[in-house]
Amino acid sequence: MRGDLPDRLPAAFSTPGSSSFVDFLASYAPDLLPGRPQVPGGALITVTPHATTIVALTYADGIVMAGDRRATMGTTIAHRQIEKVFPADEFSAVGIAGTAGLAIELVRLFQLELEHFEKIEGTLLSLEGKANRLATMVRSNLGLALQGLAAIPLFGGYDLHRRVGRIFSYDVAGGRYEEQDHHSVGSGSVFARGSLKKLWTPGLSGDRTVEVALHALVDAADDDAATGGPDAIRGIYPIVARVSSEGYERIGSDDLARHARAIAERRAQQPERGSAS
Amino acid sequence: MTQPFYVSPEQLMKDRADFARKGIARGRSVIVLGYDQGIAFATENPSRALHKISEIYDRIAFAAVGKYNEFENLRVAGVRYADLRGYSYDRIDVNARGLANAYAQTLGAVFTTESKPLEVEIAVAEVGASQDTDQIYRLSYDGSVSDERGFVVMGGEAERLGGIVREQWRVGLTLAEVMTIAVGALGSANPDNGASDRTLAPETLEAAVLDRDRERRAFRRLTPAVLGQLLPSRKPEEG
Repeated sequence: MRGDLPDRLPAAFSTPGSSSFVDFLASYAPDLLPGRPQVPGGALITVTPHATTIVALTYADGIVMAGDRRATMGTTIAHRQIEKVFPADEFSAVGIAGTAGLAIELVRLFQLELEHFEKIEGTLLSLEGKANRLATMVRSNLGLALQGLAAIPLFGGYDLHRRVGRIFSYDVAGGRYEEQDHHSVGSGSVFARGSLKKLWTPGLSGDRTVEVALHALVDAADDDAATGGPDAIRGIYPIVARVSSEGYERIGSDDLARHARAIAERRAQQPERGSAS
Repeated sequence: MTQPFYVSPEQLMKDRADFARKGIARGRSVIVLGYDQGIAFATENPSRALHKISEIYDRIAFAAVGKYNEFENLRVAGVRYADLRGYSYDRIDVNARGLANAYAQTLGAVFTTESKPLEVEIAVAEVGASQDTDQIYRLSYDGSVSDERGFVVMGGEAERLGGIVREQWRVGLTLAEVMTIAVGALGSANPDNGASDRTLAPETLEAAVLDRDRERRAFRRLTPAVLGQLLPSRKPEEG
């Protein structure tokens, strides 16, 4: 289809019927799609940076999503300030665990996909629609995932029709599962999930939910080497975002520092209980 | 084989231009005006779904008059062009000039090679850091582009409405002031017809702005409620 008539925009640009940027890219410039270069298999896990733990939890007005800032490459810390939680659009957030390079590209494409749909159709996709779209995009990466380059998102947002916060998790094959209450993905997710089970209660306030999310990451960092906790010395705190009917809002580092201090103080008071306070 | 009649290129182009112009003149006008905080768009359009004014990219918007299916096609192509460019390079590398050039090439090619020219006239506007760096491009059915300063009027009575806007518009007006100018011009009657001026209700207008102060996506539609507040009250006191 490319360049069929030299003196105008190619036909793919004006083909009617599709509001998907991914479909357009696949027909016009497939080499730009992430996960397209097929690579020989092997132990790629030690040569590519990996992003780690993401937690998401619902609260009275929507959801909170948080991700630590560490990326590892084998046993080395590759980055201390990587961002793994992003606004997908005004009313949803996406966090990514797995191969950082692929994950960030996947998020960029997903953000664009939602914005593209919104511009072409003049309306927002439903939250289910966004979640399904992301499933398709994860599935297209299956080949690389089987070679060790997996990127697994955690998606959450405010459902404008049902007026609640909802969370969706995925597997490498593009399976999409709606999660109740809270969920976590990544290498520290086992520990984070245990923490969430103890700390989460229905109908938490926004501020308390942020603290619970942060606490889950602290607990994950306590037991998982690939997850970084709050770093007060460098002033590096996890990315925490809140999505409610007001839209996506990133929590400022002052609030995070306050919560991180409170958690540290509580832990210091009861050192015998380790991190399970 | 029968020999086709000879038609001079001048005549051929003139016929096509007349055809396109006639199609465009049937539609209602669109007015694009710069104001201190951005660029405003207004047209008379009772439909809430079939837009003549739309967002293309973060700082770029599109307005069109003419045949809906034709300019809708160009709009979608523009969104794809801008999104592809922003995805391959960076968001900051998408600009109105590149888009206007792509549109101009397409319009020009269709005008000279297809059996029928596109019956559309479009404006591509990009809001800059200040009013002097705002860009408004006007593109005609034949692919000609002009870089307009301050404001553009397109559509059926572009000449007459352009005159009205030119008298009142200047640099540094506020949104309420430019909207009042635009809506006044859209509602003004052609003196040749002997009709009287109409006061347009906000519900019958489609209006949007590219707001300089908004982060990232500058485009915002103005709802009838917001428009109602911007425009002077509809029944001015007599005397």
